[in-house]
Amino acid sequence: MNSNLIKGWEVIIGLEVHAQIATKSKLFSSSPTEFGADPNNHVSFYDAAMPGMLPVLNTHAVDQAIKTGIAVNGKVNKISRFDRKNYFYPDLPSGYQITQMFFPIITGGYIDIILQDGRNKRLNIHHIHMEQDAGKSVHDMSPSNSFIDLNRAGIPLMEIVSEPDMRSSYEAVQYVKSLRNILRYIGACDCNMEKGNLRVDANISIHKPNTPFGNRAEIKNLNSTKFLGDALDYEIQRQILETESGRKIPQETRLYDTHTGETRTMRSKENADDYRYFPDPDLKPLILEQSRIDKIKSELPELPDAKKKRFINDYKLTEFDASILVEDKVVADYYERAVNASKTPNKSAKLIANWILGELFAFLNKENKNINELLFPIEYIAYLVDLIQDKTISGKIAKTVFAEMIETNNNPRDIVKKLGLEQIQDENVIRQAIEEVLTNNPKQLEQYKAGKTALFGFFVGQTMKALQGKGNPEIINSILREELSK
Amino acid sequence: MKNLTILEAKKALKNKEFSAVELTRHYLNRIEHCKSINAFITTCADNAIDSAKKADELISKGQDLPLLGIPLGIKDLYCTKGVRTTAGSKILENFIPEYESTVTQNLLNNGAIFLGKTNMDEFAMGSSNATSYFGPCFLPYCKSTNTEMKLVPGGSSGGSATAVATDLCVAATASDTGGSIRQPAAFSGLVGIKPTYGLCSRYGMVAFASSLDQAGPITKNVADAAIMLNAMASYDVNDSTSENVKIPDYKSVLGQSIKGMKIGIPKEYLEGLNNDGLNLIEEAKKWLTDAGCNIVDISLKTTPYALPAYYIIAPAEASSNLARYDGVRYTYRSKQFNNIEDLYVNSRSEGFGEEVKRRILTGTYVLSAGFFDAYYNKALKIQKLIKSDFQQNAFNCVDIILTLTTPSTAFGLEEVGKMSPLEMYLNDVFTVTANIAGLPAMSVPCGLSGKDKLPLGIQLIGNRFDESNIFKVAYVIEQSANFEELKKNIVWRKEYEQ
Repeated sequence: MNSNLIKGWEVIIGLEVHAQIATKSKLFSSSPTEFGADPNNHVSFYDAAMPGMLPVLNTHAVDQAIKTGIAVNGKVNKISRFDRKNYFYPDLPSGYQITQMFFPIITGGYIDIILQDGRNKRLNIHHIHMEQDAGKSVHDMSPSNSFIDLNRAGIPLMEIVSEPDMRSSYEAVQYVKSLRNILRYIGACDCNMEKGNLRVDANISIHKPNTPFGNRAEIKNLNSTKFLGDALDYEIQRQILETESGRKIPQETRLYDTHTGETRTMRSKENADDYRYFPDPDLKPLILEQSRIDKIKSELPELPDAKKKRFINDYKLTEFDASILVEDKVVADYYERAVNASKTPNKSAKLIANWILGELFAFLNKENKNINELLFPIEYIAYLVDLIQDKTISGKIAKTVFAEMIETNNNPRDIVKKLGLEQIQDENVIRQAIEEVLTNNPKQLEQYKAGKTALFGFFVGQTMKALQGKGNPEIINSILREELSK
Repeated sequence: MKNLTILEAKKALKNKEFSAVELTRHYLNRIEHCKSINAFITTCADNAIDSAKKADELISKGQDLPLLGIPLGIKDLYCTKGVRTTAGSKILENFIPEYESTVTQNLLNNGAIFLGKTNMDEFAMGSSNATSYFGPCFLPYCKSTNTEMKLVPGGSSGGSATAVATDLCVAATASDTGGSIRQPAAFSGLVGIKPTYGLCSRYGMVAFASSLDQAGPITKNVADAAIMLNAMASYDVNDSTSENVKIPDYKSVLGQSIKGMKIGIPKEYLEGLNNDGLNLIEEAKKWLTDAGCNIVDISLKTTPYALPAYYIIAPAEASSNLARYDGVRYTYRSKQFNNIEDLYVNSRSEGFGEEVKRRILTGTYVLSAGFFDAYYNKALKIQKLIKSDFQQNAFNCVDIILTLTTPSTAFGLEEVGKMSPLEMYLNDVFTVTANIAGLPAMSVPCGLSGKDKLPLGIQLIGNRFDESNIFKVAYVIEQSANFEELKKNIVWRKEYEQ
């Protein structure tokens, strides 16, 4: 049984994710890749396709692609090749884009996602290839002229092409989230979707199970996971409606309108351009030594899935908590820094997770801040938990300390000292307070002695009140029990 | 100062017989005097005099560089900083590069002086120099039987050949995609070498067919070719197809014994040769036998397939390489356009000449969906076969391959219009194989045709990066042929004689 069927239709989705490779310079020139420069300030003679200029491959970009391939369990091809995709467009100065059409650097691979019901699903990757980005045409600066900005021309991209393995928009979104997470972990892509670091083309079709796939629509340039999910949901409904109304789905490219939430035809695939792909004669085949691949593999950081498993095992976190902590490498790193700063890391780990996921996240969400924008060191969370663990303060007082900490950015140890919030541990002080409470409440004491033991809580409360909330509850309990049994 | 070689000019400069400035002025005057021969598209007199002054300063300080004070002609497809670079095309008529090609920078570093940019077939596509937007140039010679008819210098490096043959410069740079150095050298009675693919950097050379283009010199003799090639060649990180090999001193091998060397003569290159050609091959065999070489008859059965493969691979790459000349940035831009499509179509239609358009269309066709496997992929397979044919059936048993450079001598400019494109392409029949296989090959002048007294060249093809053996054999042929004497029988056009 396929639980994903919608009105009997099965949805088939495959994604092409264009990830900007994190490098200082372009794929084939030394121009910077920095975002936000003035138009045409990051353009070399090569980027502008001046006569006689030749491409020189950025080896760091290649290393990043290798790293990505290994991280998604793909096969790194020791021989790959660059090809030219020929077409005329004003923001493509050379008249061709250099890509890897025939022999990509990575083939195969997969990403595991968790479905809504908690099961794992493996989504396969067909291949990953490297290519150059095009420049940008600017049409809104003048009513009669268009302008070209070549800063983006030649920026290195990886195109990560999945198999058509996804059966719902949820799976597609999870795939992109997982992929994004991995890319951030290994530092191969900043994945800043607003800056266009990660763009998704979605291929989608519907069919009845056990019949051939239907014609597919390609929705271009989705630049957030929300738009991806929304566009797919719209498109699924549209295709079902069209098909059930007896109309045929044409093979076409569609655009998603973020304002209306609808997709619309961009161009038909039937009169598609002929790109005349052929191997770029300016570049030799890319030949990788095994030692280079091995070195990159050995330097690969811990990936999200492995980290999650370790958090569950070592820190006794729940699957849910661990998943949230590893979702962002910065958060995971902050969490581990805090754990390591604690006097009793193994004992504090779970409590630290609770504080980060609870109080700290609530604060960050309210302030619309990222964890790396905190003005106090994350170690303070560990100090706070340590103060609870060594009974310097109670859990209740800790909330006061936390509030003070995010307000002043001061060390919780100093806050506790300065505000005199240390728990009172001195048995003599507590005994004296209890004696006073018993003396001042003779009526309740009489009732308790007569068998109304529920009044025990009343005496605890009164004692705590007398100690301004700072008394150690355990000590209060034991002395009170002792005094009452006299 | 008449007909100086590099070595002669250097000696005279060193002995203060004349200064570099005087030598440069002499050539600039001669270029002006021979303007009608149309060897140069652009001259750069001021730059040249400045460089010459600097050279004189260095010479007076006793400094020496391989080309110090030597005035050269530069083929107009080498980008030269601040000097217009047209590639013989209207579409680049006003293009002034902001950068220097690696080869010309190497020459400058070696003390050379650039007199100007030499004429060429448009984008190096042609075998007659007649496709140049700036008009044809022609040889300073004529047939002894017809002193009226203008003769083509060959192409595409026709301007460089004409300039050196007419003694408008000491030597010149050229480039060779299918024979563009060797065929003009042969027609003009000069030495021309296309080195192994990857020996010279292509950085800053206007590209025709990237996988076949190679830089090389056209010179008055073998020794000059050795000096020029050493100065031009270098490994270059800016060209990913450049090879990091140790480059020997080619001049130092000249005069070394070639005793015991095996010279292969492929029978496929002899088919259909006229008597002039066959006689010259026989003479060459005798010179080399006398020098102690063994002549070996060989067969390279893939030879007939080289030209068709070439006319698929080269146009395919050209169709893509020339896409950048689109009317948007530094090129000629049509005045007639209403949208971007018009801008492209009209700028390219008006900016490119007929032969260039023919090759762009051919290249676009062979790469298009449905034809790619039938043409381009098949041509690449043939290329592989030709490469292995050379290794298996030639360099397994011989050191150097000897052929004629061209089947015939220079033809009349007026004949160009009567020839079909295919007839014109046959000019490359003996030369394209070396480009297809990436091998080094040189044309050495060593004979004259019986009736017309026009130069004929012998082609020497070596194994990859074995330029040294080519130079050794070429030097022996040059000495044995005594071409310096033979040359006196060539009839000159009066107006260009010195």
